[in-house]
Formats: sequence, C-alpha cells, structure tokens
Amino acid sequence: MGANDTTGLASVIGQPVLRKEDARFLTGTGQYTDDVSMPRQTHAYFLRSPHAHAAIRAIDVVKAKGLPGVIDIFTGADLTGVNGLPCGWLITGSDGKPMNEPPHPVLAQGKVRYVGDAVALVIAETVDQAKDAAEAIVVEYDVLPAAVNVVDALAPGAPQLHGEAPGNKCYTWALGDRSAVEAAFAKAAHVTRLDIVNNRLVPNAIEPRAALASYNRAEDAYTLYVTSQNPHVERLLMTAFVLGLPEHKVRVIAPDVGGGFGSKIYLYAEETAMVWASKRINRPIKWVAERSESFLTDAHGRDHVTHAELALDKDGKFLALRVQTTANMGAYLSTFASCIPTILYATLLAGQYTTPAIWCEVTAAFTNTAPVDAYRGAGRPEATYVVERIVHQAAVEMGIPQDELRRRNFIRAFPYQTPVALNYDIGNYDQTLDAAMEMADVTGFGARRDESQKRGKLRGLGYASYIEACGLAPSNVAGALGARAGLFEAGEVRVHPTGSVTVFTGSHSHGQGHETTFAQIVAARLGVPVDNVSVVHGDTGRVPFGMGTYGSRSLAVGGTAIVKALDKIVAKGSKIAAHLLEAAETDIEFKDGKFSVAGTDRSKTFAEIALTAYVPHNYPLATLEPGLNETAFYDPTNFTYPAGTHICEVEIDPDTGVVEVAAFTACDDFGTIINPMIVAGQVHGGVAQGLGQALLEHCVYDRDSGQLLTGSMMDYALPRADDLPSFTVDTKVTPCTHNPLGAKGCGEAGAIGAPAAMMNAVMDALAAVGVTHLDMPASPQRVWNAIRQARDPALVGHA
Amino acid sequence: MSVSLAMTVNGKPVAADVDARTLLVDFLRNQLSLTGTHVGCDTAQCGACTVHVDGQAVKSCNVLALQVQGASIVTIEGLIAEDGTMHPMQEAFRDCHGLQCGFCTPGMVMSAIDLVNRHPQADEATIRAELEGNLCRCTGYHNIVKAVRQGAAAMGK
Repeated sequence: MGANDTTGLASVIGQPVLRKEDARFLTGTGQYTDDVSMPRQTHAYFLRSPHAHAAIRAIDVVKAKGLPGVIDIFTGADLTGVNGLPCGWLITGSDGKPMNEPPHPVLAQGKVRYVGDAVALVIAETVDQAKDAAEAIVVEYDVLPAAVNVVDALAPGAPQLHGEAPGNKCYTWALGDRSAVEAAFAKAAHVTRLDIVNNRLVPNAIEPRAALASYNRAEDAYTLYVTSQNPHVERLLMTAFVLGLPEHKVRVIAPDVGGGFGSKIYLYAEETAMVWASKRINRPIKWVAERSESFLTDAHGRDHVTHAELALDKDGKFLALRVQTTANMGAYLSTFASCIPTILYATLLAGQYTTPAIWCEVTAAFTNTAPVDAYRGAGRPEATYVVERIVHQAAVEMGIPQDELRRRNFIRAFPYQTPVALNYDIGNYDQTLDAAMEMADVTGFGARRDESQKRGKLRGLGYASYIEACGLAPSNVAGALGARAGLFEAGEVRVHPTGSVTVFTGSHSHGQGHETTFAQIVAARLGVPVDNVSVVHGDTGRVPFGMGTYGSRSLAVGGTAIVKALDKIVAKGSKIAAHLLEAAETDIEFKDGKFSVAGTDRSKTFAEIALTAYVPHNYPLATLEPGLNETAFYDPTNFTYPAGTHICEVEIDPDTGVVEVAAFTACDDFGTIINPMIVAGQVHGGVAQGLGQALLEHCVYDRDSGQLLTGSMMDYALPRADDLPSFTVDTKVTPCTHNPLGAKGCGEAGAIGAPAAMMNAVMDALAAVGVTHLDMPASPQRVWNAIRQARDPALVGHA
Repeated sequence: MSVSLAMTVNGKPVAADVDARTLLVDFLRNQLSLTGTHVGCDTAQCGACTVHVDGQAVKSCNVLALQVQGASIVTIEGLIAEDGTMHPMQEAFRDCHGLQCGFCTPGMVMSAIDLVNRHPQADEATIRAELEGNLCRCTGYHNIVKAVRQGAAAMGK
C-alpha cells in the first residue's frame, strides 16, 4: 500500500496506513506480560475453591510451607488492612436505596462463593513447586447449596450468598415512563411479546491474564506489569481503595496485551494480592493464568433473561416498548458490573426508532458463578438483541416486510431525545439500511432460498439495525448516574528538538492499532511523516493519566485529547513563528507543516520551530516558556452514536440442525474514519464474536453443583476459521457533531449487530417449518430439537 | 530428573540440561528466551504455540522438549532473514492486516506456512479448514485468510 510516507492532512486521514506495531508482533518481538522477567523472580499459583458455595472451617498451610522451593503462602487471614475489591458504579434502585454491595475479598474470608474463588496465594521458586505446595494445603469446607442462575437465586428459599444482599438481590432499577407505556399499550392495535435469554459468554482473549509484581525496598515503591486495558484505573482502584498505598509509589505497566474484549478492564484479586505480597517477600512475583483459570475467573459476559412487549398501531408504528430483565452479577460485583445491565442497556432500547414511550425494569442478582461484567458491547448487544428480535417478530406477525417496518419507525430528525435518557446527535439510518440491502443482494434472496430448498435446506435472511452509545462519557452525566470515576481521557504531545514527535495516550491498545491511528492524527495535523510519530501507551510511569480503552472510546475520547494537545502545540508554535518572522501572532497560519505569515512567502517549517523551542537563543523568553510539550484532558459533552444495519443469511440443514452462516453484511456509520483498514478489521472481529455468541458459544454451570461445565476450549466452542464466511463490510459517514474528529467509535459494532441479525435469519429460515422460538446459541442440537418439536408439538419438553 | 538435550533451533545448535518434564514451549521461552512463541490454552486448542519441527507445524505446548531431541526447530524468530527481511508470509499478514493484538500471530504464521507447503494452491475453503487448529479472537479470520492466500502466492514466486 505504501501509504506510510505520506504527509499532510488530506493524504493521511482516511488512508489504510499499514500498522506500525505489526513488525514486532510478526517477528516475535512483542513484549507481553509473560515475556517480561526479573532477577530473583518467584512464581505464584492460586489455590482456588473447588466448590460453588462453601464455608471455610479451617485452612492448614503448615505442611505446604515446608515443601521444597516454597517461599510463602498467604490466605485471607493474612491480608490484614487490605480492603475488598471495589465496584466503580453505584446504582440506585427504584426504591431509592443504593444497591446491595457486599464485600469482595481479595482472598476468601470465611466463605467461598464460586468455583475458582481464590483461597490462597502460594509463592515458590518455580510454578511446579507452587502447584505442589497448593496441593498440600488442607482446606476444610462445609459445602453449601448453590444457585447459579438468576431464576434460582431469586426464588424464595434460595441459598443466600451474602448477608448484605437479602434474597441475593443487588438491585431492582427502572428507567422510563411506566404510565405512558401502560397508556400506549391500552390503545395498541397489535402487541408482540418475546421471552429471550441472552446467553452467558466467556471472553477468551487468547492471551491469558498475567501479572508480574515487584517491590523496591530502597524506594519503597512497586512496579506491576499486568494484562490491563486501563493501567491508570487499575492503579487508582488498587492503591486508593484496596491496598491504601500512595499512587506515586506504584507504577502499573500494561505492555503488549493480547486482546481484552472487556475482560482486562477490571481490577482482579490476583494482581492485587501479588502487589501486596511482593513487599512481604521482597522479591518479584509472576503469575500467568492457565486457560482453565481464565474460564473460571475472568469476568464473564451477558447472562440476561428478558420478557419484552412491543405495542404497535395498525400501520406498524411503534407506540411503546416494555422490557423486564433479570441480570446475573455472579458471586461478587466486578469493577463495572452494576452499570452494564442498566446504564449501558436500558438507555439503548430506543434503537434507531421513534418509539415514544419505553419502560425498562432490571433486577440484578448474585449467583454462585464467576463475576459478570462488560464484554465487547457491554449492555448494548443485549439491548439490540431485545429490540431487533422483537421488531423482527412484530414484522412477521403483522405481515410487514422487515426493512419496511424498520423504515416506518426510523428516527430522521436530529438531534433526537429518546425516552430513555440519551440524546442522539446525528445519524442516517435509511442510508445504512439501503446500502446493506444492496451489498447483501436482498433482491436475489428469493432465488437463493429456492435453490436451497431444492437441496432440502432452509434459508433465512435476518436484519439488525442497531445503535450504540460510545465515547464514554461526559463525566458529569456519568457521575449523576452513579459512576465513581471520571470518564475523560488524557493525551500528551511531546515534540522533540528535531521535530519528531512522541505521543503519550491514556488509551490502551490491545489490538486496536492506536500506534498507527493516533500517529495518523498527529501526522495530519503537524504535517510530519507518520513514521516520525511514536505513540506510547499503557504505562502510568510515562503517560500523564488515562481512563483506558473500553466502550469504543479510544478515538472519540482519547483521540480528541490528542487533538486538544495538538491545538496547544500549534498555538505555541505560532507564537514562536511570529517572533522569528517578526509578524503579529494573528497573522500566522499553520498548514502542511509550515508556519507562514498570511499573504507572504515568509515561513518557518515545523522542525525549525521545534528546534527554536529547545534552542531558544532567538526567542521571546520573557513571555514564553521554552520547549514544545503539551498535555490535554478531554471530557466529552455527549456520548457518540455509531449505528448501522447488519444483514445475515443462513442456510440450515433440517436433518442435522447445522446452521451455516452463508453471508454476513455490515454497513456501519462510525463517523469520520482515520484508518479504514483498521476499522474494517474491528468490524470483522466484532462480527465474529457476535456470530460466536449466536452460533456456538455458551457458558454453562451445572445447576446443582455449580461446577463450570464449559471450562475449556474443548467444551466451550469458540468460532474457528471454518465456522465463518468472509464478510462484506462498508461504512457511511455522518460525522459526530461534538468532537473535533467527528469520530464515533467502531470496536463493538460487530458484536452488537451480529447476534440479532443471525438469530433473525435463523428464525426466518425456521419459520418455514413452524419454529417460533429459539434462544442462542443456534447449536445443531437446539435447532434440530426445535424443528422436531415444531413438527410434533407432543415432543415439547423432551430434549 | 535432569536430562541432556541437544537440537537445532533457528539454524543454531543448542544444548542444555533440563528437567525431563520440560515442555518444548517452556524450553524455547524460558531457556532460550525465544518469547515469540506464546502459550494461550495449555491444551493444544489455540495453536498460539505452533513451531516447526523438522519442517512440520507442531503445537509446542503439547510436546516435551525431550521428544524433539536432535530435531531442527524453527520459531517465529527464525523466519527472518539475516538482513532483517521478513518471510513472505509475515509480509502478507502485515499487508492484509491479518493481525490485531498479535498474540495468536506467531502460531498462525507458522501454521500458515506449513499449510502452504502442503497445499500451495489452497483455496479459501482449504485455508479455513487447515487453520482450524489456530484460534484468533480479534480478526474474525477474514484478513488472515486473505493474508494466507497472498502469502501463498508470494511463497510460490
């Protein structure tokens, strides 16, 4: 492609610049946490609960401590002065009371609440020695009954997880105008009802979580390498809330991170215990999760049970939407758990539609399972799944074509205030629907369906016209909704004396390509080659501050912070140029890397100005500091609203129940695009995860024992290359109105649109054989059973 | 139990005394500091640890170092020419944006080269079937398939 040597705004923004980070990843020279080692390093292993729910009667570590190579063993009793892991979002319930927020101990205190709950930290010279010692620890448990799903946990007489959460309830929360919704339903010409489950998922970043904690006694300071999407947040939570350490004594480095998808946002018990223990043993400690630990202890995703009702008039106009959801929080509240099924879910239930009245009530429950938190999309896929499946079903019931029912209800006037708090700044939903239909050759679908039928196959087409709220978030709005942190982003632009640039960003890249995209922004603005810009992220010791990467926020918020810092660089450069060119500052123009006096041919290059800033011999020292290094913090004024239409085409073999994804089309509006190659890659990956949820993935705990039945990659089906087709993707652009880049975010769209599009396609295909209900994943067994039961209703209830 | 081990890694002879239960991937990563080979699942499911043993793709997390006594091993680091030039398959992955977080990438590239050696004219269906043993959670495989086709064409030249 050779775009890497281009300069200037017009030529760099929107170009598929090849990624700067790829050379190290492709040659085996990336540096992931487990690739970092230290002298005198020890190894940690966590002894975990084998039970879903049990009281700990006694722990005997005496024998284990005497085994070869063992340095020390710590249990919950040793962690005096260590607080529990905090939850970053306080939800206030419909009753006006704060959510029930039970302690989340770093190591179990008297009780274990899920299989995998950490009981002891074993530190030895080698991993094998630590494992041998863990096996020698004797824990006496009184096993208690367990509840692993929300229905069981909320039932009367259910086993109680926490004294602080009677009935296992975290909160019941509601959003919207209930009486307006009731009134609309009373006059509806048609009501569509839907009961659906949003299946529980395990994120499965291919790099397992890992940490390397060390303590420097001379400095009384700690360094933590950790697989994190947001090292500053990790440090803030760990120091201020849990360990009571001063932040300036703790450096958190998230080096190359092998995928996150949400699961590496959170402050986990492991690295927290290790930082604490590194001082006690005064040696570095490394821990790398085995995949089975990832399954047991990485925060899981989704796990909603929902009843929804859509009221329509006789022409198919949506009058009201009523949604009741029960959400599984797992055994403890993970860092952002409480806001996912509320703030990031109910607020998205308007979708792309003018539905005038919406009411949503959410009950969140504790269960004897791993904590559940944000997973790619985080609340928004769940909302899209409810809206788009009920719209699909309403269209079927009313005999209105799928695209037509959507068009009759699209929002077309912006800004648009939804009945569920959000204010959409801009969008063009007809445009993405039209384009997606053309790309997917919807007009040829009938012929393809006939051709499938001749081969004895069922073919279906499904739509999802989704919206998401990204660019998290205006801090004051988030604060009013219960956020316990700010949601701005920070960026620093350091111009070196010779005019090359290092950018320090609070966003973190774990696959998203920030080192390239952000370099393009800088190159475009300063008129320097992309190769002259380096991007540094993931180190609290180098980056001023940061809230990290999640919620498709990096470009819209982190990128804008860099733009704001660039504004300051240009403003200061103009002052220096005015001095050198003996012109008024207001007459200086900056374009294509040159500061010029307007209307003249007198100019100074950006590199000349940079050099002058650092060699200030001829410089207005009385009024201007030397140097060219600027920092900016950017707090957005609104969310951004990426939206689009995804269309999925499936072919089902009714004899085997096997669903083949025949085609997948995505037309998305992400606002301004900096690097279309990276954006397409983000969509591909998101779609694969969305199709994974709809087609394959399902996290299952045994209902009685609480054991994780899908605890390995042999039991939990991740999408592989031969499960998926190549995708057809394109973008349309309505620039975001409230950030200078016009960017909205693209990281989660695929995972948001794909599950609903695919399941609607499956429902479309199965309608031919009378199937009216199916939950994800559309596995062969489920599809085959649904077909069998539709043919013979007497078989309902017989798996 | 400690045993003596000798093999060729990336063209250079190596010898070491290791614990008999040492896995090949741990020998490469910990003893030889070749950290480009990654461990993603411990159970031969994800393929991040794939290396070449006597020219064939092997998941090094499921092989004892002792089992490849005397063999010739090539890791991702060994694909690069003396002058730093990348292998055509590495170049193709870069050109096609066939990687995002990079963690599965070394194993994916080693598998891709092996599959092209066996199927120089592989079509999309063959590539997808052959990559079944390598998981990627970032790319959705779309650009990996594209990269393997481009890499295959470049390797054939």
